[in-house]
Amino acid sequence: MTEMSPLHFKEASVRALGDAELQRALGNMRQGFIEKRSKAAARLPEFEALRDKAKEIKDHVLAHLDVYLEQFEKNCVANGGTVHWAKDTAQARDIILNICRLVGAETVTKGKSMVGEEIAINAFLEANGIRPIETDLGEYIIQLRNEPPSHLIAPAIHVNKEQVAEAFRAHHRDLSPERPLTDRAALLNEARRALRERFLEADVGITGANFLVAETGSTMIVTNEGNGDLTQTLPRIHIVIASLEKVVPNLDDAMTLVRVLARSATGQEMSVYTTISTGAKRPGDLDGPEQFHVVLIDNGRSKLVGTEFQEVLRCIRCGACLNHCPVYGSVGGHAYGSVYPGPIGKVLTPALYGLDKARDLPNASSFCGRCEDVCPMRIPLPKMMRHWREQEYQQRLIAPRLRWALRAWAFVAAQLPTLYHLGARVAAFWLYRRGKKLHGRLAALPYAEGWTRFRDFPAPLGKTFQSQWRGARRHKRAEAPPAGPPS
Amino acid sequence: MSTARDQIFAALREGFKGRNDAAAKVGADARIARREPNLVPARGKPEGRKAALAAFTAMAEEASATVARVNTMIDVPNAVADFLRMHNLPMRAVLAPDPLLDAARWERRKTLELRKGAAEAFDEVGISLAWRAVAETGTLVMLAGANTPTTINFLPETEIVILPADRVVGCYEDALAPLRAKGGDGRHSLPRVVNFVTGPSRSADIEQTLQLGAHGPRRLHIVIVDDAA
Repeated sequence: MTEMSPLHFKEASVRALGDAELQRALGNMRQGFIEKRSKAAARLPEFEALRDKAKEIKDHVLAHLDVYLEQFEKNCVANGGTVHWAKDTAQARDIILNICRLVGAETVTKGKSMVGEEIAINAFLEANGIRPIETDLGEYIIQLRNEPPSHLIAPAIHVNKEQVAEAFRAHHRDLSPERPLTDRAALLNEARRALRERFLEADVGITGANFLVAETGSTMIVTNEGNGDLTQTLPRIHIVIASLEKVVPNLDDAMTLVRVLARSATGQEMSVYTTISTGAKRPGDLDGPEQFHVVLIDNGRSKLVGTEFQEVLRCIRCGACLNHCPVYGSVGGHAYGSVYPGPIGKVLTPALYGLDKARDLPNASSFCGRCEDVCPMRIPLPKMMRHWREQEYQQRLIAPRLRWALRAWAFVAAQLPTLYHLGARVAAFWLYRRGKKLHGRLAALPYAEGWTRFRDFPAPLGKTFQSQWRGARRHKRAEAPPAGPPS
Repeated sequence: MSTARDQIFAALREGFKGRNDAAAKVGADARIARREPNLVPARGKPEGRKAALAAFTAMAEEASATVARVNTMIDVPNAVADFLRMHNLPMRAVLAPDPLLDAARWERRKTLELRKGAAEAFDEVGISLAWRAVAETGTLVMLAGANTPTTINFLPETEIVILPADRVVGCYEDALAPLRAKGGDGRHSLPRVVNFVTGPSRSADIEQTLQLGAHGPRRLHIVIVDDAA
């Protein structure tokens, strides 16, 4: 497997920019997701109001997370389920392995789960002699390719169809070499055929959860393929893995979130399958699992409650921020070196793994703000990236040269404003003169080679922002009648 | 040594320092018990049965389901056979053992070979009964139970769902409200599984190009029965 670490973001993104296959794959995304979301949003007049409501629901949950988790546990148990608690990755893995061992499981089918990626459950089960099979088509493809996902809802978005065919030929031993796998339909059929057998033979099915409903002790998954439902219906044991913040108060709240989830994610009016599961097989049932386990995983969430990062826990993993991010659109998901790429990853990765292990991520942003514009849960992602940048400075994680430069700048700006304004005016004018030769662009700039090595720097217009602002105010005052007393 | 559960709750309560815990509990319990829809879009509130049916049909077709409409249960076997013949499918299916479906008197259609029960790997066609259907997005609501096994919704390549017209409601909340009381046997808060199904299975995981029939049914055919009683 490729070495995954958020510490290598800069090198990895340079590699990604030069990767022609990846760039071709990322091109598909710009057309697909962005247009579809915008059409779906425009078609529902209540969409913005639903976003407000969705945000309010999650804010309320996060302020009462302990109470809702207790209620969820109580009601899940009352319906015949078993609830397990895991503080961290190691505990979550042990719980899952123990359940598998108790029933003598040899193979496990898996629905798509981000927290499953977080605890790397597949590698762990495999190391312990249990064969895990991903059943979401995208997850299955990257499992065969031995890669991590590169998108929250389209894990194989970086893979082209020729590469999918290659992976199937390498791993499907019963696939005839004569069978053509040139078109997408043939690939889908081949995956369907191969996975059908795995569904039927699995002893345990593991799914994630989009929501946990406190009112009924139910778990909910949202999928398009139906793989999650086969995963949880056919084996004897169903294990749900979910992080703490997935809980919502009641079914009405869950359905409000469902209304913004698919529209934000794929631009669908509704995903094909939204499934509410409550407990195990009941007397008289002709199918369904004999045991229903829910593993609630903290992995650093509880310590975010009550902090400036609490709002990131509103995330419902729709992937809209990735789809609309110019940085993600250029480098793809793997460059981030984290289970969570894109804008949400820039905030969540340092929160879960420590800023020292992910310090480049909050800096990899132009602050264009599109992520916040499209986030159904209205998470202020740019603001939170700024929080991380502040902490990076305070924790002395940035390069000493940069740190000193910032300190010097802050000192001059705050303590010697006259000198600062003079310096800024001189610099703005000098850059303006230099830029004139190249139609207002600068091809090289001292201390800014990181930028100018790849592209021109736009030259200032000759005046500083402050002097322009003062000018505009003077102009306005001269025009407007005298203002009344402040209210 | 404290358990993981204790540690998690201790960490959470650390974050809630200064909160009035008793009031928080009362507030959360009230919220759980409130049980009223938050914000239902106007299109989830169609006026009258006719509008609801029209909206459901349009949205289901948009999601790539096909819809047929018949007068009574007696007409269902012919509608099913017509669909199977049109798609060159075998006249063989697994049928949900719901008593309401018996009213179709399937035996009159002799070419149709039916087996009642849960679906198996070899079943190519499944026939089941919808609990409700939601006009808002053309969504079927299927329940798991002794009479309606979940496997029929996912294993066969073709699924045919019988939908009595009076079961079409406006929004998801309308479908869930009566289930809260039902629970199947009075001991559970809900049936074991509630499946919201909007069109046939699909995936866009290969090059962001949508294809039908990923793992669940490739075809979803809905037969609306105007007078199913």
